[in-house]
Amino acid sequence: MNTFYNFVTGPLAWASFAIFIGGSIYRIWSMIQLAKQKEAAFISYMSLPHALRSILRWLTPFATLGWKENPALTTATFLFHACLFTLVLFTPAHEVLWDYAFGISFPALPQTASDVLTLIVIGACCFFVHRRLTNAQVRYVSTGKDWLALGIATAPFVTGFLASQQFGNGQIMTLLHVLSGEAMLIAIPFTRLSHALFQPLTRAYIASEFGAVRHVQDW
Amino acid sequence: MSILDRKIEDTELNRATASLTPDRIEQVINSVLQGETGARLKAYSETCMRCGMCAQACHYCISHDMEPSYSPVGKVEQTMGLILRKHGRLTPDEVYGMAQLAYTECNLCRRCVHYCPIGVDTGYIISTVRRICHKLGVTPMYIQDTAHSHSGTMNQMWVKEDEWVDSLMWQEDEARDEFPGLRIPMDVEGADILYSVIAPEPKFRTQLIYQAAAILNHVGADWTMPSTPGWDNSDMCMFTGDFEMMGRLKRCHFEAAQKLKVRRIVMGECGHAFRSVYDVGNRWLGWKNHPVPVVHSVEYFWELFNEGKIRLTRQFEEPVTIHDPCNIIRGRGLMDKLREVTRHLCKEVVEMSPNREHNFCCAAGGGVINCGPPFKSVRLEGNRIKADQLRDTGVKVVVAPCHNCHGGLEDIIHHYQLGIHTKFLGDLIYELMEKPEPE
Ligand code: SF4
Ligand code: SF4
Repeated sequence: MNTFYNFVTGPLAWASFAIFIGGSIYRIWSMIQLAKQKEAAFISYMSLPHALRSILRWLTPFATLGWKENPALTTATFLFHACLFTLVLFTPAHEVLWDYAFGISFPALPQTASDVLTLIVIGACCFFVHRRLTNAQVRYVSTGKDWLALGIATAPFVTGFLASQQFGNGQIMTLLHVLSGEAMLIAIPFTRLSHALFQPLTRAYIASEFGAVRHVQDW
Repeated sequence: MSILDRKIEDTELNRATASLTPDRIEQVINSVLQGETGARLKAYSETCMRCGMCAQACHYCISHDMEPSYSPVGKVEQTMGLILRKHGRLTPDEVYGMAQLAYTECNLCRRCVHYCPIGVDTGYIISTVRRICHKLGVTPMYIQDTAHSHSGTMNQMWVKEDEWVDSLMWQEDEARDEFPGLRIPMDVEGADILYSVIAPEPKFRTQLIYQAAAILNHVGADWTMPSTPGWDNSDMCMFTGDFEMMGRLKRCHFEAAQKLKVRRIVMGECGHAFRSVYDVGNRWLGWKNHPVPVVHSVEYFWELFNEGKIRLTRQFEEPVTIHDPCNIIRGRGLMDKLREVTRHLCKEVVEMSPNREHNFCCAAGGGVINCGPPFKSVRLEGNRIKADQLRDTGVKVVVAPCHNCHGGLEDIIHHYQLGIHTKFLGDLIYELMEKPEPE
């Protein structure tokens, strides 16, 4: 058990980080290459000011038409992403790891705050599941890939919460948490979670078309 | 529900799909996907979160009580999604459905882009589906007829060269009764403006050429029209997916202007033609912009008003509302100028809601109205929301500076018995401007 635990938190963790970073760089690089090769003309319309304007706009809750007209989804999406990033960086247990692995240390969240944020993420995931099952337009287009992405994104939080609550066998829960976190890292470049990589690019492109060529906003 | 549950018989779609085999379909689809698509399609298909936020954007979906098969992402799933899942190996029946959906259930209006956090351009995806359908030879009959006309005559309506010149001379003749000395100058080298129209103007709405001539005469413009092909700025080939022909059309239009060495092209009140010269056709030809400056008549009228060149006798008394044509608003940001011109002309403007770049499409654009009678009910039922929007303003006149919008709105107004009249800006200017005293 201990050797396995050491393996999962040692070499496997490094491997998943490597796959995440390497895979992400490769995916973005190859997408840009493809664009250069096949759609060079369209790259020539890219406009940084319009891209930034649009990205900032879409990063602001309720600023765009899409966000405004879907208040529940907007709230869930923003809470989900904000809490996710905060937890990855500032959970006390992670803080220890950051320090141990990279020698970086910064103040961590109190444990209760971190638990609350985790519950918020889990709540948002429940909302996404509920919406995927009950909203007719979403159900119509949901595929295995969407469920997989949602499952992968939810698992680290459920296991993390159970682990922090010392639910069942603490070590097994922690192990599951680490494994699911690693699965998520590996999945980002290669599943629908790749929206994390490509959304800024697609946004930048459409923003340039709308802003610089068509002289209107894209929100 | 799927598109095949609402299949509509179209002679040409039936004929064309009957000769297809899965091998041929697969080969054509993959040649387009590999040869013509790239990062955009890949990124869109991979990162679309299937969140369904775009559903509320689309007039078809709203007008069908949010039936999911009409939502933008639902339509993409049934076309490009199907293609990608089956690696291009579709049945002829599936191709029929795909063509019906792509040509008649999406106006390429891009309203859904405003709702999508990822920035997926459904209009681009559906255009690519149409490109595939064109390459398979599967297009609805009526719109294919206009595409054939483009390749046969370089205009959309089978107007012969002498008929075009005849129409201009006829309109000049008529107008000289009202405006002595008026000319419709043809082939004047070095004129300031080349005025171009869409072929349905000489064919069905010749009075619009009369009006344009009256206005250009009134402001003392130095203008001309070409007597040769290239006078028609419309482009149904862009909408059928016949990009080769689209390129030839745009080249012909610009060459007509270049041969006459005009300073710029002023285009009549049409939206899709405008999209074709600054957004689609030019790029296909490898031009970042267009080789001769082009302005839409909304912008031209705006200039004329600002320069004080149009002398009105009065303002239009009745309250009007403004319909924002997708291709010049979401496509070119002319919403403020359109409003300024309308306010010059009319005493009272009642805005529709939503409006400007968030407007709902007329459901005629994107070539949908050109698919003809078999699909008329698709437009009418698919745009109940526009009827509601129009009715809610309570006014009886709608200003719409686009031919497609006129056609679409008139059908909707008639079908939902709204009792509203549509007007071009040209109609209003002509009606309200100073005219010579009858002799
Ligand atoms: S009709 Fe307009 S809103 Fe609907 S899918 Fe097509 S582009 Fe999007
Ligand atoms: S809003 Fe965008 S990401 Fe969401 S389903 Fe529609 S196209 Fe996909």
